[in-house]
Amino acid sequence: MTVQIEGRDDLPGAKTPAATRRPRFRAPWWLWAAAVVILIPVLVPIAGLFVRVLAASDSAWNTLFSPRTAELIARSALLVTAVTASALAIGVAAAWLGVRTALRWSNVWGVLVAMPLVIPSYVIALSYLAASGPRGLIADATGIGLPVLTGFPGAWLALTLATYPYVFLITAASLRRIDPAFEEAAAGLGAGGWRAFRTVTLPQLRPAMGTAALLVGLYTLSDFGSVSLMRYDVFTRVIYSQYSGRLDRTPAAVLSMVLILIALLLIIGEERTRGRATYYSRRPNRAPTHRPLRPTARAGAYAFLGSLVVLGVLLPVGVLIAWVVRGLEAGESIRIDWAAVGGSIVASTLAALIAMAAAVPIAVLTVRYAGRSTRWLQRSVYVTFSLPHIAVALAVVFFAVNFLGPLYQSLALLVVVYAAIFLAQATGSAEAALRQVNPSLEEASRSLGRSALATLTSITIPLIWKGLLAGGALVFLTTMKELPVTLILRPTGFDTLAIRVWSAADELFYARAAASALVLLLVAAVPMYFLAIRNREYVS
Amino acid sequence: MTAIHCHDIDRAFGGIKALEGFELSVPSGSIVSLVGPSGSGKTTALRIIAGFDLPDRGSVTIGDRTVVGNGTNIPPERRRVGMVFQDYALFPHMTVGANIGYGVDGADCEERTRSVLELVGLTGLANRMPHELSGGEQQRVALARALAPEPDVVLLDEPFSNLDAPQREKMRRDVRRILKEAGATAVFVTHDQSEALSVADVVAVMREGRVVQTGPPHVVYATPKDPWVASFLGDSVLVDGTAAVGQVETALGSFPHRGGDTGPVEVMIRPEWIHPYPEPGGPAVVVDREFYGHDQMLLIELSTGQRVQSRIGPRPILEPGDRVSLGVDEFVVFPTNARA
Repeated sequence: MTVQIEGRDDLPGAKTPAATRRPRFRAPWWLWAAAVVILIPVLVPIAGLFVRVLAASDSAWNTLFSPRTAELIARSALLVTAVTASALAIGVAAAWLGVRTALRWSNVWGVLVAMPLVIPSYVIALSYLAASGPRGLIADATGIGLPVLTGFPGAWLALTLATYPYVFLITAASLRRIDPAFEEAAAGLGAGGWRAFRTVTLPQLRPAMGTAALLVGLYTLSDFGSVSLMRYDVFTRVIYSQYSGRLDRTPAAVLSMVLILIALLLIIGEERTRGRATYYSRRPNRAPTHRPLRPTARAGAYAFLGSLVVLGVLLPVGVLIAWVVRGLEAGESIRIDWAAVGGSIVASTLAALIAMAAAVPIAVLTVRYAGRSTRWLQRSVYVTFSLPHIAVALAVVFFAVNFLGPLYQSLALLVVVYAAIFLAQATGSAEAALRQVNPSLEEASRSLGRSALATLTSITIPLIWKGLLAGGALVFLTTMKELPVTLILRPTGFDTLAIRVWSAADELFYARAAASALVLLLVAAVPMYFLAIRNREYVS
Repeated sequence: MTAIHCHDIDRAFGGIKALEGFELSVPSGSIVSLVGPSGSGKTTALRIIAGFDLPDRGSVTIGDRTVVGNGTNIPPERRRVGMVFQDYALFPHMTVGANIGYGVDGADCEERTRSVLELVGLTGLANRMPHELSGGEQQRVALARALAPEPDVVLLDEPFSNLDAPQREKMRRDVRRILKEAGATAVFVTHDQSEALSVADVVAVMREGRVVQTGPPHVVYATPKDPWVASFLGDSVLVDGTAAVGQVETALGSFPHRGGDTGPVEVMIRPEWIHPYPEPGGPAVVVDREFYGHDQMLLIELSTGQRVQSRIGPRPILEPGDRVSLGVDEFVVFPTNARA
């Protein structure tokens, strides 16, 4: 015979995992319609491009298998590899110095080192072209005639400076999440300094570095502005010259398809490796510690970070200013081209507004109705963003010429394509904002008698407004800097600052190019200010 | 009249069954508490009634309308169900007044907002923003907002769990008063048995996706259906016994037995039903005492070596080692297979 005293703590009851508590409702059809419609103007033409190439004549296929194509692939691969390697090395080193060592003003360094992000790669290229060479600024100032920095070294330098900030930002964020106790444990086991970094920290950084490497690789593969100014023949430059210089556009189509396929391979490869990588995203449970550096090492660190700021920001901007001054002194007529300023602002604003509008249904679907089909939607948005823009623009041209008669070379088509391509930036911050909105707010609205659509407009959108705006600012900024899509799709007579910079630089009118570039940087500073100062939390 | 009727509802998430054969009837104008341990499906049931989730099977009727089941599924906005969320879900970008008026159409919005604000005792706070309010005030606004459109039923999901203990006691009383004054039919979900017993007219005890016992709080407390319900709804002492015709023998003595079953049984006794009487040389001995002020809990060892709890008033003061004899004034007999 037993006597039991039962407490209430040991009661049975299986806990339902929160993740499986998802409502099973289908998203309203209009939400899907609104989400997909923005992608159609880009995805359908890409499909059309493939059909066109596959149905092309033998001569087109000959282009594909010509030694020239193989050479292009080799050159693109060389540039992508070189830029990725140098950007990774610089970005990771800067991130480690900024996050893990006891440097003075590390916050200021963080902002300064990331600054080249604001400067379009073709502006960096322009500034190095204008600084080097026998007629360049350096020769002018010092009397030492440097060879012109063109071709592979020029493209490599410009693209490395344009892309290492991505590596820096991504790996610094990841480093902050890695508990410094790991490195200290390694030091306690006798592995100090470099060995601890290489054997303990670096492996944990690998997922972040993989993401960053993909970003840099795709950027380099897609970049048109700097390689064309540096006259280094990779895919994008050759596609453009084939397109603009020939009556038969099939070779351009074939090369575009190859470029898209290479980019897809990169994206898929990264997705695969990410699936296998282990993430160590444990938040450190204490304040970060900073490793003190020996005086010589500290001097080296300051010199390294300082040279990045000089090469990536001060020198390019300084060169631009110097060229404008030089041009004015030489009596060149340099004036602000208000038509181009207006064109840039109008096109960027429209693109940002369209992207913001399209981001709402996409964010609601991916956050509130997460499932297999919404993952595909998210992936399409991301892939559209990652594909080389020049190839996408060509696909749209081919499609528009054949099927969209009056829309071809219209401002409407141009801004819709911008919005579709840069949509991922808008959806990213909209999704982040929506994740912070408790779904019970929307449920409360429904149970108080408002329909799904009324809830969207009176509750959801007001609550994610800041995030939407941040995404819009990002799209505005990217559109401002955009070059190849504008070159290919712009209406006749329509100009933007980016076009002005590029065409003036391409014709070696450096002073004029520099003036437009400075105006471009000034206009771009407005959304940058908004993003960096006002809405930091929504930018991932 | 039955205000809500849930019939034979199943709902599984992945492979996990949240509800299985869930049945619930809520009489019009009453407050029903749905109480059970976490994971017993309470919140799922509430969300299905409100229309935020769909059952795999079964139906829900509100008044004379089938809102889900038999091929219909009325969206939440047309169910006339007020919901009070665990985290209140007050719209952060709207004032208190705008929150409350959100579900009220047209001309009487302002008037209605004022009268519910008065009902919940927050007159004059209409222009505040939600984040400027205390937890208890937010709770009242959430309740006012749910009541404002005069819904057929009000659902409350763990309404007191975000309040600290002293506030909670007061809010329990206030919420009950407000719901009664509004004449509302209400279902509230809780895992706290004392909350369930003190606020509700009817308690529905849930376990593993179904309601295992329903009734007025005092009835369910005094005559639980099985040992599990007994121990979930309060402290209980379970002793093994042997039933014969008319009588059950236990270590605490023999009790009259009305049931027909004989053989081994379990006898459940609430600690407050056990009374120790100081008696030198008595058969039991006090082992430990927890003194709470308004009452005390004694741990008493029987002659057989088993220990039972006894809850008595602040007097008499019995010290560990004191010998006592025990009197028992109520008990419940369970067949031994009743333990699930």
